[in-house]
Amino acid sequence: MGRWLVRGLCLGLLAFVVFGPLANMVLWAFTERWYFPHALPIEYGFSFWGRVFAPRGGAIESLVNSAVIAVGTVAMSLALAVPAGYALARLRLPFRSLILLAFLLPQAFPNLPVYINIARIFYGFGLNGTYLGVVLVHTSHGLVYAVWIATAAFASVEHELEEAARNIGAGAMHTFWTITLPLAAPGLMASAIFVFLESLDEFTGTYFVGAPDVQTLPLLLYSASAGGNYQIASITALILLVPSIAFMLVVERFLRADVLAKVGR
Amino acid sequence: MPSEAFLDIDRVAVRYGSTPVLHDLSLAVGRGELVALLGSSGCGKTTLLRTIAGFLSPTSGRLRIGERDITRLAPDRRDMAMVFQSYALWPHMSVAQNIGYGLKLRRLDRAAIRAKVEDLLAMLGLAGLGERNVTALSGGQRQRVALGRALAVDPEILLLDEPLSNLDARIRQTVRHEIRALQRRLGITAIHVTHDREEAMVMADRIVILDAGRIAQAGPPERIYNQPASPFVADFMGADNSVTLEADLDGASVVIAAGADHAAARLARDLLPTANTLPGQGTFSLRAFFRGEAAALVAADEAVTGDETEALLLTGRVLAVSYPGGVWRHEVAIGERHFLVDDATCHAPGDAVAVRLPARHLFLFPADGTTKPRGG
Repeated sequence: MGRWLVRGLCLGLLAFVVFGPLANMVLWAFTERWYFPHALPIEYGFSFWGRVFAPRGGAIESLVNSAVIAVGTVAMSLALAVPAGYALARLRLPFRSLILLAFLLPQAFPNLPVYINIARIFYGFGLNGTYLGVVLVHTSHGLVYAVWIATAAFASVEHELEEAARNIGAGAMHTFWTITLPLAAPGLMASAIFVFLESLDEFTGTYFVGAPDVQTLPLLLYSASAGGNYQIASITALILLVPSIAFMLVVERFLRADVLAKVGR
Repeated sequence: MPSEAFLDIDRVAVRYGSTPVLHDLSLAVGRGELVALLGSSGCGKTTLLRTIAGFLSPTSGRLRIGERDITRLAPDRRDMAMVFQSYALWPHMSVAQNIGYGLKLRRLDRAAIRAKVEDLLAMLGLAGLGERNVTALSGGQRQRVALGRALAVDPEILLLDEPLSNLDARIRQTVRHEIRALQRRLGITAIHVTHDREEAMVMADRIVILDAGRIAQAGPPERIYNQPASPFVADFMGADNSVTLEADLDGASVVIAAGADHAAARLARDLLPTANTLPGQGTFSLRAFFRGEAAALVAADEAVTGDETEALLLTGRVLAVSYPGGVWRHEVAIGERHFLVDDATCHAPGDAVAVRLPARHLFLFPADGTTKPRGG
């Protein structure tokens, strides 16, 4: 009996750690008035939702910005990751593992100094405060996922499947388009989703390169919570949460275990 | 050997990195012929097939189809089709799409592709399965789809890489005959890699036995089986029992002295299948290879003593008997060695027996292993 009690307590604690902050956020999103010492909000309502989505609230503009930048980042990452992943998976490259590690470099150092320097460099090119600048920063950040997963996706396509096409008359390019790419597509899809979410979530780089001209959802969330407006911060956070949950559902369908097993190899 | 070579493999050498796999290998395949490349794993048979297909390039030597030199040609320009051991069917396509892929490449119009695919499906006994996903098929059906995909493009040469090894034994028997019948009917030149001796025997016009990247022997199945050119081939083709003998050779016969485990014998050279690999004159140590099923058991007291002229008698004792069906299987101790010998009559364990080896089933080679290679 005692053992079950301990287990129940542990599970309950775990559930609180995972769902506590989320529950708090959901509560705040629908709160009109809530102050100490009340355990629950005093008044519920939707007035802050109206303020967030009002033209002056900037949420719509930030949402559109975030989406445009995320789509741009995905496009740019895939444009680089598809050829890079194919080369890393199929060709006998010298220093292959070093190349794979190189994509990790932007993550290996503390973000702040890296982005401050990028901002400094971009300033010289006039890229600060532009969509392209923000997309480039997000791509440098997302490329490691894109390239690593794309490499794994191409490596998991059996070489014989390509040989079977070459063998009955398909050229190298035709084989790539009709056999390799479709078979690697689920993995590439997963990497695209990863990059999309990373971009949607990215704060530091956007702050240094984009702000104040390019306002994204995380920047809006930051200024709202810094100003002590928990309702607006919670609502923005909820909006950011939706794609993450959708991602979990989609990725589970697309990313097969045999692809995951090859990530980083 | 065919008078006119269609596929000509001319002193081809292939290496993986610094490891040589094929050593200046030459082979000519005639039009419409089915050649089986037979050997144990690592002998180079798959390497040779992949070299013919163009997935590996030789470090020296030439490959020709008719007058055309294809040594450096890309795999997609060689007009061949391969059936892979893994079948290598494309999981993102239906059965019909798999089979029609090569036709679409050749820019046939949609109706023509559909008609041809339907024909192939019917021919391969897959009618009605065209829209099925290939992952929803059984092993035997996948194998047929792989064959259909290869046949669809009317290849000049069909390459078969152990296409039957993933099928269960019962299906394998039928598919063997189906592939052979199809190949005959369509008149396709085919090269078939296998490690299964019986499969090669049943299917091939000509068997090429590979050993460590060289051709050990090439010839029609019955010749390979009955006249092995070397101890390796004899052993590989199932004559895996062997005894060492001392013999005096002259122009007409091989005179075997009586030994601890065998009686004396005088065997005429023209009865011996491997007589031309033996030296002409002198006293030699020979190694005799034979198949268990070629031997007969004789009770020791019935055995003729003295100069046998048509058979060699090995003397021994029965250790154990079992009945696998049809014949009795005896484990016989001869000297230090144990042999399995089948016989229609049962000899009890402990009985002294003689194992009678007819000269025509006895493969004699010089014991040092040096033999002249003999082509097919």
